[in-house]
Amino acid sequence: MIDKTLNWFDDRLGTAKGGRSFLDKIFPDHWSFMLGEIALYSFIILLGTGVFLTLYYVPSAHEIVYHGSYVPLRGQNVSEAYGSTVGLSFDVRSGLLMRQAHHWAADIFLGAIAVHMARVFFTGAFRKPREFNWIVGVIMLILGILNGFLGYSLPDDLVSGTGIRIAFSIVESIPVVGSYLAFFLFGGNFPGSGVIIPRFYVIHVLIIPAILVGLLAAHLGLLIKQKHTQFPGKGRTEKNVVGSPMFPNFIAKTTGFLFMSFAVIFLLGGFAQINAIWQFGQYQPFQISYAVQPDWYMGWLDGAARIMPAWEWVGWGHTIPLEIFLPAVIFPGLIFNILIVWPFIESIWTKDHEYHNLLDRPRDRPKRTAAGAAMLTLLFGVFFASSTDVMANFFQLPLMDVLWFFRFFVPLAPIVAYFLTFKICNEMRVAEGIGKRKRALIVERSTEGEYTTTEAPVRPGDGHEEIDAIPVPTFIDTTDPSLATAAGVRRVIR
Amino acid sequence: MDDPHLQPLAKNPKRMEAIAALSMVVGMAGFVAFIFAYWVNASTQWEALTLGIGMAGLGAGTIAWGKYLMPPGPFVEERHDFHSTDDERTAMNAAITGRGGIEVKRRKMLLGIFAVGGGIMTLALLIPGVRSLGPKPAKSEDTQGSTEDSLFTTNWKKGSKLVTVGGRPVKVDDLDVGGVLTVFPQGFEGSSPDQVILLRLADLGPNDPPYPLSSPGRTEWGVQGYVAYSKLCTHLGCPVGLYQQKTQQLVCPCHQSIFDVNAGCIPQFGPAPRPLPQLPITVDPTGQMRANGSFDQAVGPGFWERP
Repeated sequence: MIDKTLNWFDDRLGTAKGGRSFLDKIFPDHWSFMLGEIALYSFIILLGTGVFLTLYYVPSAHEIVYHGSYVPLRGQNVSEAYGSTVGLSFDVRSGLLMRQAHHWAADIFLGAIAVHMARVFFTGAFRKPREFNWIVGVIMLILGILNGFLGYSLPDDLVSGTGIRIAFSIVESIPVVGSYLAFFLFGGNFPGSGVIIPRFYVIHVLIIPAILVGLLAAHLGLLIKQKHTQFPGKGRTEKNVVGSPMFPNFIAKTTGFLFMSFAVIFLLGGFAQINAIWQFGQYQPFQISYAVQPDWYMGWLDGAARIMPAWEWVGWGHTIPLEIFLPAVIFPGLIFNILIVWPFIESIWTKDHEYHNLLDRPRDRPKRTAAGAAMLTLLFGVFFASSTDVMANFFQLPLMDVLWFFRFFVPLAPIVAYFLTFKICNEMRVAEGIGKRKRALIVERSTEGEYTTTEAPVRPGDGHEEIDAIPVPTFIDTTDPSLATAAGVRRVIR
Repeated sequence: MDDPHLQPLAKNPKRMEAIAALSMVVGMAGFVAFIFAYWVNASTQWEALTLGIGMAGLGAGTIAWGKYLMPPGPFVEERHDFHSTDDERTAMNAAITGRGGIEVKRRKMLLGIFAVGGGIMTLALLIPGVRSLGPKPAKSEDTQGSTEDSLFTTNWKKGSKLVTVGGRPVKVDDLDVGGVLTVFPQGFEGSSPDQVILLRLADLGPNDPPYPLSSPGRTEWGVQGYVAYSKLCTHLGCPVGLYQQKTQQLVCPCHQSIFDVNAGCIPQFGPAPRPLPQLPITVDPTGQMRANGSFDQAVGPGFWERP
């Protein structure tokens, strides 16, 4: 029956040849290769829960009176966007679970992308021939951050509304065209003619997800075409891939992992409250709450805006608000552009134009690792700077001191991080046996008081010898075993 | 069949199979429990717990199956070069440059017209795509437009009544010293560019001099100990909503710009580049507070056209 179906397809599409090599595709076994999968699976959750949310959310700034089951809001004037978000949280069954799972999935999606990207960067997996896939990945990261911002802006609550206000001011700060862009985007001066919520909505649920799905297909397609990278090891060369096959091993493990990711996201969605908009209240342009912070992936931009000195440029009848434009437009633009061109910078710098399928250990490329550490220090520096007020409160320090600390820490710490990482990498390279499990030494004292040292017996796993890899056995038939070693003949495994 | 590549990793495959099966059965129970939780309208936490158990159970069982029971290998696959042979490359490049070259040489004019036509088409499609989105910002201060098409205007005029967001007119004895109130011009309650923070800084009567602690030349802008400033932060436009009475500072909670209330709200600290624009106010004979003019500059964050 299965044979018949497969043959039916092969007759029409010729699926057998390509299909088999797809099933034989080898996935190297290393935990760090799962990080991208986390991003993929949270994206699936985002699509699923997102569709659920669109069925109840109303993208409209139109004012209504709230009559739902959340008592403190009853009788208040709210926008349809806010009212429907509270409604789908409290009056749609499972709605709160879906909404919170959606929000958590977005935070995890971007977190997984960031960590996945760090893995790719520090192991040199972006090198030739995979520069394309690196760029596709960076673009997905940018779109993901943008869509996250648009998404958490949709409920029209006090915190996210303040974020939209800031977004308007950032667009407005662009020299020459800023006020035009802001007016076009918002349909007028802030808060605009009520168009921003529906516009954010269509970008959030249709335009960016559609692009993301396309880029995702390209990302995975390139991965299949170019095959995985792998860490060096027994029998692993630039010319092969060693690991487990797509079918059945990888399919089983990754499907299990998909369910595990789902489980974590839904458990978070049910137990860890996130974005409790009914506590923030409806957005009013003249109201604000204390300790306003965006979601984590926007924190670095918020922090950059906080520590920037007030350098507004005024002259010739014009103003360039550098205190906004530099940290909010130029800074992220610079970071993303450095990320995009990094593979080319590195290959020109090192004059290395070879194929690389074997991964680097980060310590073996001290300059790259140090550059990555410096970049991460910079980004985490501005990220933590986005909570200056909370820190000042928590540590009982004057706000100004905390801010001045970050004004020096953010530019200086990356330089320190660079040289420190460089040094550590070089030290690790010369240190012997580092990274390997150490054999314990047993010190014994004899009755005469003499000390002797002997090595402890080999522990399980220490003397583990990897066996040679073999091609995936595919055919289950009754070929004569004596022919099994001949070229093109697969072994019998029934 | 005794090939180590094909032996399960598990030392005791029968036991591992049982564990995987048990895990999946727990998962199944979790999903059934979820349906039940939904049925009885249980709390969000119960829904998440049952769903989580379901997915984790099913997932763990599947992973155990894949990791410990399936042939572990290692298996190997050869890579193939991506690039084509030199002949194929030459043929491809020649096809593009050769054929293309002939056509470009022959029909230079057509190609040029096509390129210009394509450019015009793009522009033609972009114009409605962008221009229809919203109004053009009005050019300068003297525009009599609404606040919706201008960054320069507000709805404050000489004589505008100060009212609360609820529309209640503000009288001169409404605030104690140290009190603050967000006010709007009557008829524009809740409007973003018009929001003004009214502070009472001193207990001064009608016969006392106007509030002295303003910027030079603006001593007449306050009245009876009251001053009024735009509530829009000059950094990114958040409402400057925190008033620290002890230090006489207004703090913006978004990026911690601090404005000195005793010195015309000049920025003391943080990223805000300019003082909060001051609104001149006065009191009419009935005790109603009124604007004594409009702002002398655009409110809110900086932008290119701001002089």
